[in-house]
Amino acid sequence: MNFPAELRYTKDHEWVSIEGNVATIGITDFAQRELGDIVYVEVDTIGKPLEAGAVFGTVEAVKTVSDLFLPVSGTIIELNPALANSPESVNTDPYGEGWMVKMTVNNPADVEALLDAAAYEAVAG
Amino acid sequence: MKNTPFTDKHIALGAKMAEFAGYNMPISYTGINDEHAAVRKNAGVFDVSHMGEFILKGEGALDLIQRVTSNDASKLKNGQAQYSCLPNEEGGIVDDLLVYCIEENKVYMLVVNASNIDKDWNWIQKYNQPAGQAGTAAVEMHNISDKTCLLAIQGPNATKILQPLTEIDILNLKYYTFTKGKFAGVDNVVISATGYTGAGGVEIYFEDKDGAADKIWDAIFAAGGPQGLKPVGLGARDTLRLEMGFCLYGNDIDDTTSPLEAGLGWITKFTKDFTSKEIFARQKAEGVERKLVGFEMIEKGIPRQGYEIKDFTGATIGHVTSGTQSPSLGKAIGMGYVRTNFAALDTNIYIKVRDKLLQAKVAKIPFS
Repeated sequence: MNFPAELRYTKDHEWVSIEGNVATIGITDFAQRELGDIVYVEVDTIGKPLEAGAVFGTVEAVKTVSDLFLPVSGTIIELNPALANSPESVNTDPYGEGWMVKMTVNNPADVEALLDAAAYEAVAG
Repeated sequence: MKNTPFTDKHIALGAKMAEFAGYNMPISYTGINDEHAAVRKNAGVFDVSHMGEFILKGEGALDLIQRVTSNDASKLKNGQAQYSCLPNEEGGIVDDLLVYCIEENKVYMLVVNASNIDKDWNWIQKYNQPAGQAGTAAVEMHNISDKTCLLAIQGPNATKILQPLTEIDILNLKYYTFTKGKFAGVDNVVISATGYTGAGGVEIYFEDKDGAADKIWDAIFAAGGPQGLKPVGLGARDTLRLEMGFCLYGNDIDDTTSPLEAGLGWITKFTKDFTSKEIFARQKAEGVERKLVGFEMIEKGIPRQGYEIKDFTGATIGHVTSGTQSPSLGKAIGMGYVRTNFAALDTNIYIKVRDKLLQAKVAKIPFS
């Protein structure tokens, strides 16, 4: 499985990248494999200030549904518009075209404090 | 957790494995959508060796089957099979099953759900008494579940792929009939034109002795691999059956649901005496208060087992028993019980998905 070194991760199997105070969030290669074919990503928390750990959306796979947890405190500004027509890109390219949301982060240092690739790999086993 | 004779093959193929009914079973290999498409368009192989098989033998075998099942097994000739259910005494369903007629009046095979093997065995045994006829011996019952392998080879090209492996004419085997013979060099293989996918194909039953399981699996993939035959897991088995509107025991039918509520009136025959016949006859005459319906989502969302079904005022009118995104149709579909006045085709209903009410409508099954 692939866990790019430049990203940060959470134990809830999400990845985060940051530029300035805007973070991009998706789910990991491990998570997409566990969920199987993804058919729908629902996020209805755009524009609401949320704390780290809050449920910001759900991801529906053929067999199952899973909550999405905000990795750090901040406000979601965008849902990946391409997912409406091609949710399968979460499976085929979880770190690229399958990104889920962008958010403004209250404190960019929070992102640095998340798991690095090696620490996450230990979590994903 | 039990294994099937094919567990090592599934693991070697990289399947995602999970426990189902006490067995270590493959959920998917390459992905549910991919496996689902293989079965709808070409052919796929399911290991369903976890299913239970009982042999009932003796002069009273048909009489016992008639008393415990809802369908009329006296209609079966040698080599014919029938879908049926075991009603309980309160008008619910102990299990749904297939009844195979091996020798009219005398020898039958019952194929039951893996999760209900012990329950069904005990249930049938309870009725396995001479029914008031002095001198009638009890029926001989054999539970052959542990030694019996079951592979379902399903899809429009399934029989064409398998035909070179046997001299039995499986291309022309009629739906719900079966025959026994040599298959891939193994004797006494039961080949049955049945399945749980609506895609055509066969199910084959055989005993795993002298390496028969490996021999048959390898021969099937040697013949079918070059033609795109794929192994298929329980994930796609569920999406395939749901597109057809086939009931899954534990989801759509259980100890509390009547066959008439579940749309199984067609396997409930009043031509004979059987458990809860009076309850079902009354339901047939007076109508049932709720019905199992198929529905498709109008607003975007995926229905899941246990979600509430509401009317437009938000009052609860039922619950979802199965739901998924249909891989073939590209829309979200489900089944559930609703109060009978909401069961007509195209009735608007609302599914409570987390904190939202999403519009859906009652739809015809099989879904299209």
